Amino acid sequence: MNLAVAAQIISFLAALVLLSAFGMLVQRRMYGLIHLFAWQGLFLSISTAVVGFVAGKHHLYISSVLTLSLKVVLLPYILHVLIQRLKIQKEVETVVNVPMTMLIGIALVIFSYHLTAPVREISTLVTRSVLAIALATVMIGLLMMITRRHAVTQIIGFLAMENGLFFAATSATYGMPLVVELGVALDVLIAAFIFGIFFFHIHTTFDSLDVEQMARLKEGD
Amino acid sequence: MNLYPFVMEILQVLILLAIGPVFVGWVRVLKCWAQGRSSAGLLQPYRDLRKLFSKDVVLAENASWIFRFTPYLVFGTAVLAGGIIPILSTDLPLAATADVIVLVALFAIARFFTALAGMDIGTAFGGMGASREMTVASLAEPAMLMAIFTMSLASRSTSLSYMAQLVMSGQSVLRPSIVFALLAFILITLAETGRIPVDNPATHLELTMIHEAMILEYSGRHLALIEWASMMKLFLFTALGIAVFAPWGIASSADLVAVAAALLFMLLKLGVAGVVLVLIETGLAKMRLFRLTEFLGSAFLLATLGMLSYFILE
Repeated sequence: MNLAVAAQIISFLAALVLLSAFGMLVQRRMYGLIHLFAWQGLFLSISTAVVGFVAGKHHLYISSVLTLSLKVVLLPYILHVLIQRLKIQKEVETVVNVPMTMLIGIALVIFSYHLTAPVREISTLVTRSVLAIALATVMIGLLMMITRRHAVTQIIGFLAMENGLFFAATSATYGMPLVVELGVALDVLIAAFIFGIFFFHIHTTFDSLDVEQMARLKEGD
Repeated sequence: MNLYPFVMEILQVLILLAIGPVFVGWVRVLKCWAQGRSSAGLLQPYRDLRKLFSKDVVLAENASWIFRFTPYLVFGTAVLAGGIIPILSTDLPLAATADVIVLVALFAIARFFTALAGMDIGTAFGGMGASREMTVASLAEPAMLMAIFTMSLASRSTSLSYMAQLVMSGQSVLRPSIVFALLAFILITLAETGRIPVDNPATHLELTMIHEAMILEYSGRHLALIEWASMMKLFLFTALGIAVFAPWGIASSADLVAVAAALLFMLLKLGVAGVVLVLIETGLAKMRLFRLTEFLGSAFLLATLGMLSYFILE
């Protein structure tokens, strides 16, 4: 595989990652959201493997497989089970003003493009242009956590942010050292379990996973 | 003087007039198959047109010149657009004088006059249809222009012939900007040509119709011209999509064999486009009017992402 073709494949996958981030931003249904998250993980995993192949860094293969097993299979599965246990699979969340959210998302992409411009100037890596997309994915994840009111969607936003960070690491420096990546992967897994336990507690206390409920201090008024 | 480009021009317009109804017939036949009904055949749109042409025109008493003029204008712009889009050949005299922005303006003129004609008679349906059509247009047009600008950036030209030639030369494979622009273009085509999920071309239910509501007062040859023009519009948008995103096979040299091959390729691609359209239409339900902002907003988003990814990734 020559370098130009690989660069094209990587930027195409980056575009798909960005598209799935936008998809998550506006998706109303729980299952749709989880599927989009799994797709994002899949694009990320393929892109990591391609970067590993181009750069000749073999530890990236391991992180690619790790991403695949964790973010495409395990985490969506956990979220799936959670949603079924909490019986919220039919819930459709109201998203505030979809076109506005989209426009903010676009603004964030432009902002990250300008923010990463100096890095793009000095970097010589194949993946240097992807960094802006990775940063945009992080910010869109953050935006999703801000605009959504449902605890589960906020967690998916958080995980999407983590996806973006991982993507940024891969594109800026050909990945972090393997030990760090293993640590992060473990953290995310543990976090998912803790979130699960929290969901149950929130659900039993407030009878809903809408975080608006938590803004009230007094019971029953 | 070389007559070849002019011959091609005339040939293209003839093909547009002839194949437009057949393409609509093909979509209807496919839809019937998909829904397990028996179809009326490929040539049914022709029979409809012939029937309408042989009927008398019934005009309302207070119809102004706008109402009588609009059918001819709509038909005329569709035919003119057929001379600009490279359907068979990229070597067209009109394509050199008019670029893709002019094309969007042509469609806008036709729409503007249809909306005026809808309001002209003063019935409630006409006004409602015009208002809805304008709502859709105000959202679809920016997205359409954005998708076109993305393609123009990628090919560094707004001339359709040049764009088609550049894509055919094969310098651009798997460019994210083009893929985004294509997705946006498909959504816009559904909105502009009044297909499900935006509008249903087969309905006359008062609550849901958009295009049909505007032309409700037309009859006879006026209606025939408008119907024919809207059939051509579907064909034109498909041809535009083919010319910009998949132009392989369009003739670029003055050669009879190349033109014949171009015709064959065009029919093949139209067939595939019809299948895609029917899959989309059968898979989706018509959207509520107030959710259209989201639908066309995503078209705009995709087109903008295409433009951004041109700057960021390419």
